[in-house]
Amino acid sequence: MSLPVRIATLLVAFLAVVGGAVFILIHYLLGGPPVENFTAGVRPDTGAQVSVVMQEDPQNTVSTRPDWVSYFIKSPTTGAWVHTTLFTVPAGSRVNMTILGYDGCTPLRNPYWGRVTGTIGNVIRVNGKPTSLINSWSGCNVGHTFSIPALNVNVPMASPGLTATLCGTSPCTSGPHKVVTFSFMTPRHSGDYIWQCRVPCGGGFLDGFGGPMQTIGFMTGSMQVVA
Amino acid sequence: MSAAADAAPPPAAPAAPAGPNHGLRIFLLWLPLAVIADLVIWIVWGPHLPPGTMSSSAANQQFDIKVMAVLAAPVMIFVLTYFGYALIVWRQRDGDTEDGPALHGNSRVQASWITITSVIVLFLAVFGTVELKIANGAGAGEGPSPIWKPGGAPLQVQVIGQQWKFTYRYPQFGGFETTQLVLPEGQWVAFHVTSLDVIHSFWAYQLGVKADANPGVDNVAYTKPEHTGGFVVRCSELCGLWHGAMFDYGRVVSMSAFRTWAASTRVQLAAVTRILPPYATTYDPTVVPQINKAMAKAGIGGANGYYYPPQDPVQP
Repeated sequence: MSLPVRIATLLVAFLAVVGGAVFILIHYLLGGPPVENFTAGVRPDTGAQVSVVMQEDPQNTVSTRPDWVSYFIKSPTTGAWVHTTLFTVPAGSRVNMTILGYDGCTPLRNPYWGRVTGTIGNVIRVNGKPTSLINSWSGCNVGHTFSIPALNVNVPMASPGLTATLCGTSPCTSGPHKVVTFSFMTPRHSGDYIWQCRVPCGGGFLDGFGGPMQTIGFMTGSMQVVA
Repeated sequence: MSAAADAAPPPAAPAAPAGPNHGLRIFLLWLPLAVIADLVIWIVWGPHLPPGTMSSSAANQQFDIKVMAVLAAPVMIFVLTYFGYALIVWRQRDGDTEDGPALHGNSRVQASWITITSVIVLFLAVFGTVELKIANGAGAGEGPSPIWKPGGAPLQVQVIGQQWKFTYRYPQFGGFETTQLVLPEGQWVAFHVTSLDVIHSFWAYQLGVKADANPGVDNVAYTKPEHTGGFVVRCSELCGLWHGAMFDYGRVVSMSAFRTWAASTRVQLAAVTRILPPYATTYDPTVVPQINKAMAKAGIGGANGYYYPPQDPVQP
């Protein structure tokens, strides 16, 4: 093999390795859903209030996995629905959550998680009605949960009724849904708090806990508390 | 050849100078080091060896580790002593270009080495087997069919693994389920460990209890908490995205404090206890699919997550 050919081969191999590394860095390490920031203009540890609005949908037609169930977060700056499950809140503050439940019902594997915990008063409001326990085995009434294990927050998400024709395009802007509201206090120190759904809603996956249940941006994410 | 010459003895070889007794030297170096090491291990280090003495099983595991360390230390110190002695005494001196003395077998040394090491290994084999089998041993009170059970009526605590949280049921207190693990001091506890989804592993570190949580299996582990205080519970089986976050903290409290806690928690959780399935050693993982099928028959749509049959298309 002549010298120019050898040099060219080496160059191509080098560029391939560098290109692969850059691709991995951008696609896997630096990629991922955006983080919605709810700390702007709020002083931490003052008991100030922030409002976070989310929705859970029966599908995610704006992603490469259109058949996966998914949460969306309403951007506090633009008001647009964003395909992400990452958000930032101030420490020592009251978070007022509003979650629109557009997805249909699926029973909890463990009915224990139908109990509301960790919210102020250990209560949620479903379409305005105070609730502290939903029995997901008694009927079509729970779609998902919003749970932050480290803060003992567990909220069963009410679902539309039996005859509902579910919204078919994400993010949902119309269609039958339940409005779940609740509040909780953030810790006074910084930290990342993972949150997840406890309904085995990864349809088509072993145990129902694969796919969207194990993928950030769909049914699990992180709440970053900033002091 | 003359007769005189025939009778003359052969010239005697010059007597080699008597060398030091290396074996005795090494022994005298090794003996005090081994004794000191064993005393330090047993008295100073031993009480701090994991997993501590918070429970009967933890104390038993600590004792086993101490015994093995006390036996292993002299062996390790002998090897290191011999190594150091050889490096210093038998090293090649400056200007010494001759070969070292020829090696000869020494049946006494060989027999001693084989005998001592055999005795140590056989002792450890017997000791380990006995320690596995006796009360508090790692192999006795654990497994779906434990070969040893404590006397009396131990406190039953069901450990339920699920992605990614352990919950605990107390069947002798109405079957309430909680995320808190509270145990009474001085009372035998029977953990019944199972899972609702994938394989987890219940590891109560300071209690010296580790038991796999498999769906459809009732894995039993006994222990008796001996001291009040906190302990860490971790999942020790890679179980998904948030496996690393699957940990919590348990408490050992006095018997009276435990009774108070159990009674108040039972009342506090009465509403959710009513909607739980009846207490069982395992829970049928097909319950959710059955409910889903009933819902599907009724034309109810939803996420439909459940145990899928192997022929189902998308597996992770």
